[in-house]
Amino acid sequence: MEFWKDPITTMFDSLLASFTSGGMSESLATVLIWLIGILAFVSFAMILDIFLVWVERKVVARFQDRLGPNRVGPFGIFQPFADIVKLLIKEDITPIGADVVLFNLAPIFSLMSVLLLWAILPFAPKMVGVDLNVAMLYLVAAGSIGTLSVIMAGWSSNNKYALMGAFRTVAQMVSYEIPMVAALLIVTVLAGTMGAVGIVDAQEAVPFIFLSPLAFLIFLISAIAELGRSPFDLNEAESEIVAGFHTEYTGMKFGLFYAGELLHSFTFGGFIALLFFGGHRFFGLENLGPIVGAIIFMFKALFFYWVIMWVKYTVPRIRIDHMLAFNWKFLTPLAFILLMVTALIGRLLLGSSWLAPVLFLSNILIAWLTIEYLKSHAQKERAQEEASTQSVAPVTQH
Amino acid sequence: MTTMQVLFLIFAAIILGSAYKVVTTKKMIHAAFWLIATLFGVAALYAMLSAGFMAMVQIVVYVGAIAILFIFAVMLTRKDLRDSATPLNDGRFLAAVLSLLTFGGFFLLLKNWTGFTQLPSAEVPADMVGKLGTALISPSAYILPFEVASVLLLAALIGAVYVAVGATKNK
Repeated sequence: MEFWKDPITTMFDSLLASFTSGGMSESLATVLIWLIGILAFVSFAMILDIFLVWVERKVVARFQDRLGPNRVGPFGIFQPFADIVKLLIKEDITPIGADVVLFNLAPIFSLMSVLLLWAILPFAPKMVGVDLNVAMLYLVAAGSIGTLSVIMAGWSSNNKYALMGAFRTVAQMVSYEIPMVAALLIVTVLAGTMGAVGIVDAQEAVPFIFLSPLAFLIFLISAIAELGRSPFDLNEAESEIVAGFHTEYTGMKFGLFYAGELLHSFTFGGFIALLFFGGHRFFGLENLGPIVGAIIFMFKALFFYWVIMWVKYTVPRIRIDHMLAFNWKFLTPLAFILLMVTALIGRLLLGSSWLAPVLFLSNILIAWLTIEYLKSHAQKERAQEEASTQSVAPVTQH
Repeated sequence: MTTMQVLFLIFAAIILGSAYKVVTTKKMIHAAFWLIATLFGVAALYAMLSAGFMAMVQIVVYVGAIAILFIFAVMLTRKDLRDSATPLNDGRFLAAVLSLLTFGGFFLLLKNWTGFTQLPSAEVPADMVGKLGTALISPSAYILPFEVASVLLLAALIGAVYVAVGATKNK
């Protein structure tokens, strides 16, 4: 019964008892158990990653009206293992003129930036790596390590396409970090804390999706841009720059980039669940125990991973100037206006029962105003365009 | 030796070693990457001092923005990216004098400081970020420097936009 209520502490205590019974000192045993815990946790993430490869391939197949892998095992579920064997026995090529150390470090950093995020994911109460009080900043900091890995890969490959991909990625990641941070700030304002556990606790009554649906949209868009998935996959645009920053990578090194991307998407799915959808909560089902809560959390993360895939396989790639203009002229101002409105309303109606409905209505109002403004702006532009084509048209008739 | 001391020595070695590599490595871009290693070491020291906020800001600002800006500057200004040259010039004597003077100054300052032998006064408060936020906007603490810095940054932003717009208009 103890295990059901608090699995991590129970496991820790029993391991500690069995380690110290052999005469080991308590502090050494604690460090050892922590190391074993980290290893088990990371292994769990990586095994999940193998499963995600299958999920990704199956889902993209359905979106493209195909069957996907269906030969190895039931529903092709063992296909990723065949892929792994293939990746492992491929030749490991280091291009001439490549910077060997940085070239080999880049995939490790790429995967590291994802696995770092798992340390702060609160799966359920008492099932969290560390409850940092600066978790949201930690999320941004881990993202900057990902940017670094892409620059390392692009530069060290000694390949113009790879470098081009790296340039694009950095332009994209650095600019989309701003609306993402603004959306995270909105969540911080609503929860009153930057800690992941505190944010989940603050959503006990109302999930933040109902308080700030626009912040959810902004976070989703900037998360997709941060992941470099379509429509923001300019960094590896196959039809333009071969494969972008990982053009020169072969075998398992490419596999690490690929696995990192999938796990990153899943992790961001988890962050969306924890920031806007109440983390491990699901209509009181979480009261059954932390293990059920963790399973609910994983399912929510999988669902938002599916949403990210849905966007990826539905929307075509956007042009690079559109990508930057969309961020700087639309997403960033919107995020800042929303942040100011949320902070103002949150302060004025502090502790009042009107807070939630007013916040929701203010979001709807901002969304409506934005759409109206965009409409009038588009009309103006269309009128201008028509005027210019009419003035040009007589010239072409001569 | 406690665990914290061992960790401190490891991180101090990382900081010093990579800082040494920053100034002696022959490739410009490697210097930038060694600088990142140094900045990570400093962030780790902040984290050890229970200043988690400072550690995260160190990584976001220095690694995520400034180091990447350095790498970009190197990538865009060098013709050959494998450019390598000796980074040392003839000013070694002057540099040695300057570093000795700086070291001596710090040594004298810290010799008379009693902070080393005192134990930390109390446990670190749990809500450090909240305290920092309140301090930044309270009139009795740091509101004036905070606002001055904000105005300076805003002026810099407007200036950057003005320069950029001017550059495209002159074309």
